[in-house]
Amino acid sequence: MNSSIALNSLLLVITLALVVVALHIGPADIDLTVAIADSWQGNNSLQAMIFSEIRLPRSLLAATVGATLGMAGAALQGLLRNPLAGPGLVGVSTCAALGAIIALYFGFSAIAWFAVPIFGMIGAGISVLLIFALAGHNSSIMTLILAGVAVNAVASSLISLALNFAPNPYAMSEMVYWLLGSIANRSFADFSLAIPFMISGWLLILNSGRFLNALSLGEDTAQSLGFNLKLHRSLLIIGVALSVGAAVSVSGNIGFVGLLIPHLLRPLVGHEPGRLLAASGFGGAILVLLADITVQLVSPTQELKLGVITALVGGPFFLYLIIKTRNTLQ
Amino acid sequence: MTLQARNITLQLAGNPILHGVDFTLKKGELVGLIGPNGAGKTSLLRVLANLQKPDSGDLSLNGKNIRQYSIKALAKKIGYLAQGAPAHWPLKVQRLVELGRLPYLSPWGTLSSRDRDVVATAMKQAEVTHLSERIISTLSGGERLRVLIARMLATEPNIILADEPIAALDPYHQLHTMELLREHCDRGGSGIVVMHDLNMAARFCHRLVLIQQGNIISEGPPCNVLKTDLLAKVYGIKADTLVNENDILVIPRRRLNHTEQL
Repeated sequence: MNSSIALNSLLLVITLALVVVALHIGPADIDLTVAIADSWQGNNSLQAMIFSEIRLPRSLLAATVGATLGMAGAALQGLLRNPLAGPGLVGVSTCAALGAIIALYFGFSAIAWFAVPIFGMIGAGISVLLIFALAGHNSSIMTLILAGVAVNAVASSLISLALNFAPNPYAMSEMVYWLLGSIANRSFADFSLAIPFMISGWLLILNSGRFLNALSLGEDTAQSLGFNLKLHRSLLIIGVALSVGAAVSVSGNIGFVGLLIPHLLRPLVGHEPGRLLAASGFGGAILVLLADITVQLVSPTQELKLGVITALVGGPFFLYLIIKTRNTLQ
Repeated sequence: MTLQARNITLQLAGNPILHGVDFTLKKGELVGLIGPNGAGKTSLLRVLANLQKPDSGDLSLNGKNIRQYSIKALAKKIGYLAQGAPAHWPLKVQRLVELGRLPYLSPWGTLSSRDRDVVATAMKQAEVTHLSERIISTLSGGERLRVLIARMLATEPNIILADEPIAALDPYHQLHTMELLREHCDRGGSGIVVMHDLNMAARFCHRLVLIQQGNIISEGPPCNVLKTDLLAKVYGIKADTLVNENDILVIPRRRLNHTEQL
């Protein structure tokens, strides 16, 4: 337990340090102390506006979206007892994106400000239920991946359909850029919209730690240890749907964080699914912050999309995972 | 502590599994649940462990309907050892055994000194103390099972329900496992163990319950259940039995053909 606190404290410090670094980075050269002082005193200086309207929401979104994806990956891997589960691979992110696109496409987002995250969450929730129905109880790695491929394929084709019938080229490019995954040009309003749902999701996920530990001995044993399987499973699924749905609805599709981070941190928490949750939250925040800082440093003008960077890192890592586990892929 | 099942019926995916089974487990008793593959042993054990809701029938613990107990309260009274003893992540043995204390922990509480004492005692009983720093996936089948038994003992259950615990073990570890279960009963607990090894069942169980196609065919002391005619009828085998004062030994000779079984 003490080692857990030490690890999480270290990861928290790194996260906070990266948030501070991220606040310093951007095309405009601003003095951060002046900008913060101006914002605090309510002076509408240019520096204050760049700080409070551009850099702060961007850094906070990088940290919270990353935390969500990392934690959701750890939660899904614990629930399905499978190291290859992740919100991207099993289709949760794509379904959340589909939900958000439906809200954008049919104009629900114009009717209600919360339509995009709500539809994102509904999409994420449906995908987790589908994955669970297809590969839930004693899923082999192969069944899980095939279920993920199927769910991803259906959601992607529906997204393509929406793009195909996009009302005008501008709307289409908006949706495509959004799908690539980015947290650039998001306002504080976007952050405030998503954060309550993300925090609610985190709390539900973090509360499932002991259940996931018990589940590592199988469903029957978990139940015999006093856990109501249906209740705990439902709470976890709602937690993943709430947080990933909200995250994807503001950031688009940022892949591989939920697959990569729990895998890297698992040995550091003794492979315990419960202890992995918080650590993966911090780990995800660190990865997305690093990726976003890289994006801004590498191409400050023609900005790379964040989702492209995580995919460039995550894709080869996924290949490595497959090579490592191919003997057990049966 | 008495566990009693009355008129239990169960269907799974439309297939009838249990047909009005009556069963009682008394204090201090180790009962062997035997029968051919697919007879309904695991299903009955899961119903008794409150893991599977029967279609009809009543289950009571100390005369009180099982539904009147909370799931946490039952977890402290009934320990369940699943078939194949799964452990999905390479956990450290010490941490795995500590999972047995989950029913006792408050929502955000940590292990108390009493919890740690109970875990240490359970590990000592199952003789896995020296493995505490090892990773479960690196252990042999026998060691792994002992660790999972320690996990179950750490819950301090009164009743132990174990599903084929000795199926994949060598004779040394089979004896060790059965001794642990028997010691639990000698200390005032009770247990039901599903098994295929009739000689081990006869050697360690106070009572055997023979199941075929969801019905109890025979129950009683091993020498009353392990009769050659019953073995022929239920298992479809020709077997000889050697009985002396304390022991009964079953020697399976050959399979019976269809007409012989009739």
